[in-house]
Amino acid sequence: MISRLDDSAQDLLRDLAPQVLSVLLRRYRDFGGCEDAVQEALIAAATQWPAHGMPDNPKGWLITVATRRLTDQIRSDTARRLREQLVVSLIPADEQIAFAADAAGINERDETLDLYFLCCHSALSTASQIALTLRAVGGLTTGEIARAFFVPEATMAQRLTRAKQTIRSAGTAFPELTPSDRAVRLPAVLKVIYLIFNEGYTPSGGDQLYRIDLSSEAIRVARLLSQLLPEDPEVGGLFALMLLTDARRAARTGPNGELIPLDEQVRSLWDQQRIAEGRQVLRRALARGATGPYQIQAAVAALHDEASSTRETDWGQILALYELLLRFEDSPMARLSHVIALAMVDGPTAGLRALHGLAGHPHFATSHRLDAVRAHLLERAGNRDEAIRHYRQAAQRTTSTPERNYLLLHAARLNEAL
Amino acid sequence: MKYMLMMNTPGGGPYQIASWPAEDIKAHIAFMMRFGKKLSAAGELVGAEGLSGPDQAKLVRAGANGEPITDGVFPESKEFLAGYWIVDVDTPERAYAIAAEASAAPGPRGKPLNMSIEVRQVMTGPPADWTP
Repeated sequence: MISRLDDSAQDLLRDLAPQVLSVLLRRYRDFGGCEDAVQEALIAAATQWPAHGMPDNPKGWLITVATRRLTDQIRSDTARRLREQLVVSLIPADEQIAFAADAAGINERDETLDLYFLCCHSALSTASQIALTLRAVGGLTTGEIARAFFVPEATMAQRLTRAKQTIRSAGTAFPELTPSDRAVRLPAVLKVIYLIFNEGYTPSGGDQLYRIDLSSEAIRVARLLSQLLPEDPEVGGLFALMLLTDARRAARTGPNGELIPLDEQVRSLWDQQRIAEGRQVLRRALARGATGPYQIQAAVAALHDEASSTRETDWGQILALYELLLRFEDSPMARLSHVIALAMVDGPTAGLRALHGLAGHPHFATSHRLDAVRAHLLERAGNRDEAIRHYRQAAQRTTSTPERNYLLLHAARLNEAL
Repeated sequence: MKYMLMMNTPGGGPYQIASWPAEDIKAHIAFMMRFGKKLSAAGELVGAEGLSGPDQAKLVRAGANGEPITDGVFPESKEFLAGYWIVDVDTPERAYAIAAEASAAPGPRGKPLNMSIEVRQVMTGPPADWTP
């Protein structure tokens, strides 16, 4: 009896969610109320469309239903008359008559874009930015987001409610951003999308069965963003980086969820369609001439994707790319990646020497990554006993179960290879 | 009723599994994966988590002004909680049976570890109204 929306209709719903929300926000300015109304409209669509068929104008349908829910909500309030006056006063005078369901405003593109910035408001914690982006831009339900992060639904609902309150008390109605505002705030948006992607790519554990695929969600949200900002090279860079990384997903875990490192992956499992799209997006981004960290990392990912084995990989070019990356961001992870590339070009001993320079960095004091890289280089240099010791040390320190299993197994195999 | 099943390992050093042969590590991991899936499929699993190793653990107390005072060294002799399952079952006997299955997880040379699993009932909300 329960018929479900097919995948393409679900994708359409999620793509329309931020557009519908931005239309409502333009009229009513109340982020929390509008957001709830859009969620109810999405749920109504998911239950009514399979039974009655898709409306001719899905977006107009959603706007009409969401608007009705929002006004119902306001009417049901005790201060009914006051609220109604308030709503009317919140609608700009020139729009009080023109209430057609999908009267597309001139700046609709910008307003959908500004929704991204609102969700990544600097007053919010990173966890809240992520949750709000998935809900308002991604159109996911609270339950789906909760399951994706393995927290109870009530906890996630509270996180979202508090995030909306924070936005309200920060005095932010729907922002009207200038292009330069957007340029300043874009990195925060890109960071949130990349965090969502990585949460999906390196899941923190739990039952994967009912989990929303966060990597695909991040790619979908980035695709929408790149349609809104087709000229921005770093938006393209991030989009390409995620496509080129996600292409390897099927090859990177074994039957028991154990991690399979790049040099042991069955490369025929890599998704060639994703790789082709990623390379095309990257080419367009690079052609604009303003290089940035995401484009550089995407270029590295592309070099890995093009190689038939670790041996055949163009490590010289990867090393040059990491040297370029370090000029943009001197982060601990960029430096560690640089050391790995250096060791592939100049040999493990050179790599181990370069690693010494990183040992004092506070970022690595409690991290397992330095141990894991050192273990790998020691193994390649033929120092088996020390390699085993560092693999085990890394296994003790990592908080990722698949990675711990991989490190433990690798140490054990090395120990047996007498 | 809900029960928490706690898997304890000897404290102090790293997890014992680190010194096992590769095949035994693999068998142990596969067992734990199967065990979790089976409980989930039976509708008995509420939650399960593995915890990071002893050298990551901190003991925390509030200082005079409520500030956290952390102690990096975990007592050597103490048993150490490595992970837990929470199951929802009809009888305590069923919880004990699940615990026994976990206890027999394979160790070195595939022999059952027979480790001790601490079984504790989870407290409930207020009781149903009682009218004599």
